[in-house]
Order: sequence, then structure tokens, then C-alpha cells
Amino acid sequence: MVKYAHLIPIFPFLAFTVNILFGRRIKKASALVSIAASFVALLFSIITLFGLLNGNGSYSLGKWLAFGSLTLNFGVMVDPLSCIMLLVVTTVGTLIQIYSIGYMHDDPRFSRFFAYMSLFTASMLGLVLADNLLALFIFWEGVGLCSYLLISFWFERPSAAKAGMKAFITTRIGDVGLLIGILILFSSTGTFSFSGLEHAGGNYALFTVAAFLIFSGAVGKSAQFPLHVWLPDAMEGPTPVSALIHAATMVAAGVYLVGRTFWLFSSHPLSLIWVAYIGAITAFFAASIATVNNDIKRILAYSTISQLGLMMMGLGVGGYSAGIFHLVTHAFFKALLFLCAGSVIHAIGTQDIQKMGGLLPKLKVTGVTFIIASLAISGLPPFSGFWSKDEILSEALNTGHPVLFIIGALTSVLTAFYIFRLIFLVLFGKMRSELHPHESPKVMIIPLSILALFSIFMGFIGSPFTGYAFQGFLRFGTASMPAAPRPDHFMMAVSTLIAVSGIGLAYSVYILNNKILPDSFRAKFALLYRVVYNKYYIDEIYEFIFIRPCILLSNLAFRFDSSVVDGAVNKSAGITVMISELKSWFDMYIVDGIVNLTAKIINAFSRLLQLIQTGLIQFYLLVAILGLVAIILFKFMGGV
Amino acid sequence: MIPLDHFLILGAILFSIGIFGVLTRRSAIGILMSIELILNTANINFIAFNKFLGAGDGLGQIFALLVITIAAASAVIGLVLIIAVYRNTKNIFAENINLMKW
Repeated sequence: MVKYAHLIPIFPFLAFTVNILFGRRIKKASALVSIAASFVALLFSIITLFGLLNGNGSYSLGKWLAFGSLTLNFGVMVDPLSCIMLLVVTTVGTLIQIYSIGYMHDDPRFSRFFAYMSLFTASMLGLVLADNLLALFIFWEGVGLCSYLLISFWFERPSAAKAGMKAFITTRIGDVGLLIGILILFSSTGTFSFSGLEHAGGNYALFTVAAFLIFSGAVGKSAQFPLHVWLPDAMEGPTPVSALIHAATMVAAGVYLVGRTFWLFSSHPLSLIWVAYIGAITAFFAASIATVNNDIKRILAYSTISQLGLMMMGLGVGGYSAGIFHLVTHAFFKALLFLCAGSVIHAIGTQDIQKMGGLLPKLKVTGVTFIIASLAISGLPPFSGFWSKDEILSEALNTGHPVLFIIGALTSVLTAFYIFRLIFLVLFGKMRSELHPHESPKVMIIPLSILALFSIFMGFIGSPFTGYAFQGFLRFGTASMPAAPRPDHFMMAVSTLIAVSGIGLAYSVYILNNKILPDSFRAKFALLYRVVYNKYYIDEIYEFIFIRPCILLSNLAFRFDSSVVDGAVNKSAGITVMISELKSWFDMYIVDGIVNLTAKIINAFSRLLQLIQTGLIQFYLLVAILGLVAIILFKFMGGV
Repeated sequence: MIPLDHFLILGAILFSIGIFGVLTRRSAIGILMSIELILNTANINFIAFNKFLGAGDGLGQIFALLVITIAAASAVIGLVLIIAVYRNTKNIFAENINLMKW
């Protein structure tokens, strides 16, 4: 069978090239170019999936770099994990780009938006298909760049420009760790490739350090505590961007990285448990912030952080398939949530949920899909989130981590609570402002509906009804992966109870007693409320610990630069001027002097010769004749 | 018969008068006339030598005719130049023709 997989990222990249070069010319058609590219990539991903099922795995494309004795091969990773990611990225990407036609309709930089989206898709697909850590790192930075470009897409707004920088710099902190981790692995094994690394042994302690460092990259990219601060601010970007990059795909790259290097973590338990606890802390902590925030997109951003934490926790307790499964289901329902939020924002033009309310009758399709997505994230059966979240919780309990299980369960209650707080405040009750909502155009609604179908049915591929097909597929071709889980009816009941209790709590607070309860809670737990509302003051702490000293330091450096360095430069310039003045004097009086002297001497001689040039032809003639006479006399008298 | 010496002495006297004229005349016309005189002394010598030394082939006479022709031509050019100078400077004194002096 012919190898097709490496072509997948090429299509979106071509679309990027076309749109960035000819975007001005083709205008609205650039959307079609990008969508077509994504769709072709989707088709090729499906072909790749069938190829994999027929036994066509990873392959090499040939030599990439050769320095010294070391050669790096450029290869394509085709295994269950990358296939799943390919399908998720291309499916969600295509749908979100279709949605973007409607959402970005009036934007003056319409084609540039699609160019960036295509570049992102290409980088993300490249990241997934990379068969070695170095290539993965390159694409990893590629998606980071696209994230930066798209967060700051409306760069006229200072807040958007700032958010882009914040995202870029914060993730870069994690990336430094990732790069060091990669280099540690490389220096001790001499290879970058995943398959090579997996079978290479090394120093146990050193590899543990490497695992920690690689996880730090994942922490930055997947917005885990303490590097989560960039993701809420990233909501300054257009909503489709938030849906594609900051909910479904790029932030999941961190989870993918941990999944891809899972052999490293699972053979070094200390790093694995670190992953689990960081994930659990992030999950709970972000969920708690989401319960009090009032910005529709920021709530979803904190929800994303929380859910990513849950995935990390799932991986950390050893539930490889559980974590990846949640990644997949989450990609669909969180993309849907963001697109619904985008549709709401498109309809009424504000992001503040305190100004919304009672939108369900006016935005029927958006509202219904919004509720479906919320049910999915809350983990109510049979929606997709239930199956994956349930599996994470049961993995936590079964592997003997009751603390993590309790944190996970509490997070799930909070999740159901905050998402239904959002639903009740946005879709139900009375309108709290003078806005006139209108349903979004079809081009936005159809992707919503398709994603809603995915949100409902996606979970079944990993449920007992299909015999845990998803988990089985993940083990496809590898013997080392953990076995598929058994159905755990007790846990299913607990999960359902968790979801229902969260939804019920939200219902009682925001529908039944919405006049008294929220305010009374606020009054009762004033201190706690304030701390959580201010996001645990993490941004302020960072501001105080890192940013202020940084600015102080740079001011100091600036002063040093302006006084000492510039001073030295100016001094040397002054000296140079002095020397050159000296040289100019030498040139003027010595060199030029010699030249002028020569000229003057010649001039003086010529003045002497001038005297006989009288201009009187008769004088000349006289001289000539006298000369002739002299010659004759000399000849006839002197000569004899 | 008049011997050769007389002719040569006459030629030398006329030549000296011509040289004197060339060197002392202020008028360019005078200089031109003196030059003609010098050329004519040459003619006298040619004819004399042809008569006394030549084998009677008339070569000296032919040469004298050539000199007369050239003298006529050079007189024409000289007069043309003098007229041109006169038109520009309103006189024909040789010492005034110094336009190209340093």
C-alpha cells in the first residue's frame, strides 16, 4: 500500500501558502481553500486509519539531517494514538472552519484568519505525525506560533496583543523544560525517535528528571497549574480560535505528548504520580474559578483547564486509554461549547453572562446544542463525557489513589455546577439587558449540529456497548499497553450521581432561588468568594514575583545600557572624531602640501619659460633666423 | 656674359632685403610682400643654377614655376587670413595678432 500519511499536513500548508500570498486577491474564496484542504486531510486521515488496521504502521521518509556520525531520519508516526489525533484534528478543524465563515464574515482580515487556521492545522497534524522528539518540538513551536498569531488576531485591541504575548511567553517557560528534557534523553541514548527511545535504557534518575522536564512542556501547552494563566487571557482571540486551538486541539497537545512518551512516565513512577497530582490540582482549582467567573468564554477557558487537568490525572494514575479517550470526547464537546458561546456572542454582542438570560426561545438551535454539550461535559449518561470521565474516576480508584478520586469527583460536581450555572444564566430566566438577539446563519448552525451529534454518540466507541472498541484500538499493535477496563457499574452510578447533584445544585441556586441564594452565598463566604473571584490572585502573585522584578531589572539594564554602554560608545566615537581630525590635518597640510608644492614648482618654471613666448611672430622669426645664421656660421667657420 | 656670382649676389641681397622686411614691417601685408620677395630670390637662384650647372634639361625652370604657383596660393591664403584679422580687429599690425597668447 502506498504511504499517504505524510501528505496530510501538506494540504493545509498549501492552503496557508495560497491564502497568505493571494488572500487579498481571492477574498472570501480563501475560506473554501482552507476548508477544502482540511477536508482532504480528513479523507487522508481516514485512509491512514484503514491502512493502519491493515497493518501499515509508521514509516520513514528518509534522511533529514546528518551531522558528524549522527543522522536524523524524518519519519511518519502511524499508530493508534496518532490516527486518533489526526481524525480529531481534521474533523473538528473542518467543522470549526466552516463555522468561521459565518463568524468572521465581516472581518477585514478574513483571508488571513483562514491562512493562520490552515497553518495551525498543518503544524498540529505535523506534531501528531512526528516520529521523533525533535520534529515534534519543531511543530510544537509551530502551533505555539499560530496560537500567538490567532490570539492577537485583533491586534488593534491592546488587551489582545498583550494576551498573545502572555500566551507565547508563558508556554515558552514550559518549552524550555521540554527542550532540556529532549536533549537529556538524546544525550543519554543518542536518538530522538520514539521507537528508538522506547527500547533504549538509561540512567534511572536522569530519565526521571527528563520525564519531569518533558511534563513541564506539557504543563505550559496544556495550561496546567502553575502555567495556566495564559489560557483565560487567550480568549481575546476570535471564538473559533478558542474552540479549535484553545479547547480541542493545541492545548490537548500536552496530553498527547504525555501519552506519546507514556512509556517514559510509566517506567518512572515518581514522574507519573507528579503528573497525576498536578492534573488533579489543576482540575479542581480551575473548576472552582469557573464557578464564579462572569465572562462566558473565560468560564469555558477555565473549564478547559480543568478538563485537561482531569486528562492529566487520568494519564497519571496509569489510565492511558482513559486520558486519551477523554481528550477525544472533550475535543468535540468543548469545541461545541465554544462554538455555541461564539454563536451567543455573535447574536447579542457581549460576553458578560450577567447581561444575558432567556435566550433559549430566540436561539433555538444554539441553545439546544449548548445544552447537549453541557450535558456531555457534566458527565450525564449517555452523553460522551460520561463514558470518558467515568473511566478516569474508576481508574483513579482502582489503581489505589482515593485522594485523587475524591478530588476528581469534587471537580466533576463543580464542573456540572458551573456549566449549568452558565446554561441557566444564559438560556433561561429573563433577559437582563436591552439586546435583540438573532439566530446565527446556517453556516454556523450546521457545524454546531454535527458537533452535537458527536457529543452525544462519541462516547459509545469507548463504552461497554461496543466492547470498549476505542480502548482496544489504542492497544492495537502494541502489547505493552494496559488491558481494556471492565464495566464498573458502581462507578457509573457514582458518576451519574455526581453529574445530577451538580446540575441539581445549579438548578436550585440559579433557577429556584435565584433571588436570594447567589447573593447570600456571596455575602456568607465573602473572603473565599473574593479569593476565588480573583483567580486565587495568581496573576497578581506572578505580577509581583516575576513581572515587576523583571521590569525593574530591565529598567536597570536600560539605565546601564544608556549610561555605561552608550557612554562607552559615545566616548569611543569622540576619540574617533579626534583622531580623524588629526588625520584630516595631516592630509590637508602634508599630503596635499606635497602635491601643491609640485604644482607650484612646475608653475614657477613655466613662468620663466613664459617670458620668451611673446606672441610677436616677428620675434619668433628673428630667433629662428638668428638660429639659422648661428648654425651656418658654426658649420662653415667653427667646423673647419 | 654675366657670370654666376652676380646672380648669386643679387639673390643674396634680395633675400636679405626680404628677411629685413619680414622682421621689421608692422603691417601684415608688408610681411607677406617680403615673403614673396624671399621666394623670388629662391627663383633667381634656381634659374641661375639651371643655366650654369644644369645639363640644359630645364629642371630649375620647372621648379621656379612650381615656386611661383605655391607663392600665389600662399599669398591668397595669407590675404584671406589678413582680411579675417582685419574684420575682427580693425587693423593688420602683426603685434596685435596675439589672441592665442597665454
